[in-house]
Amino acid sequence: MNEKEIIIRLKKIVEPYVQRMEGLKNFREETDFLNDLQINSANLVDVVLDVEDEFNIEIDNDSMEGMLTVGDAKNIIEKKLAN
Amino acid sequence: MDSTSIISQLPYSEPFLFVDHILEVDENSIIGEFTFLPEMEFYRGHFKNKSVTPGVILTECMAQIGVVCLGIYLLNTENKKENLSQVALTSSEIEYLKPIYPGETVRVVSEKQYFRFNKLKCKVVMYNAEGSMVCKGVIAGMMIKTQ
Repeated sequence: MNEKEIIIRLKKIVEPYVQRMEGLKNFREETDFLNDLQINSANLVDVVLDVEDEFNIEIDNDSMEGMLTVGDAKNIIEKKLAN
Repeated sequence: MDSTSIISQLPYSEPFLFVDHILEVDENSIIGEFTFLPEMEFYRGHFKNKSVTPGVILTECMAQIGVVCLGIYLLNTENKKENLSQVALTSSEIEYLKPIYPGETVRVVSEKQYFRFNKLKCKVVMYNAEGSMVCKGVIAGMMIKTQ
């Protein structure tokens, strides 16, 4: 799975939780979940659980805490898929 | 962890405490009870002519027993005696099936869907004294621990 594919799948997962649609139009690695997409911490948990299901990986507390942007999420997914 | 120590850790007091007893609790579920006393203040205005327990209060009772009490238990057992310092309701989707009148005792049964990254999401059902379903739905909250 290449980077582009991960980001496309990620966008699909994130979409139902986004409060700021403008942020979704400009979905890229720098996109910040909290500020650009206005996903709150409670909904970010659901994003992470959906990511676990979609990619069949497990995300631990430390990874979760470092997941602030789309790029962070992509890196974590890539790392977990490589293991 | 017993019922009294769970209730003593709740961040609520009268007139906004809606838990009397915890009957059963384990890492996946909880059962608790509450009696709506006829003198409770909101009955004066809900409704003007006939007292019925407001749906939001039923939801609050379900959340306090089903999510907050279970959350306290989970934090205390799973995570090395951490105490709950703050709690926030993050979502609720409830269907209301029967009214609850002043003086009725309800039983709340909650099943954990998940507890991950401080978010506890539960399937919660409320029953009346006859065992009929009063309301049911899904409630989630964030449990913020003391450092």
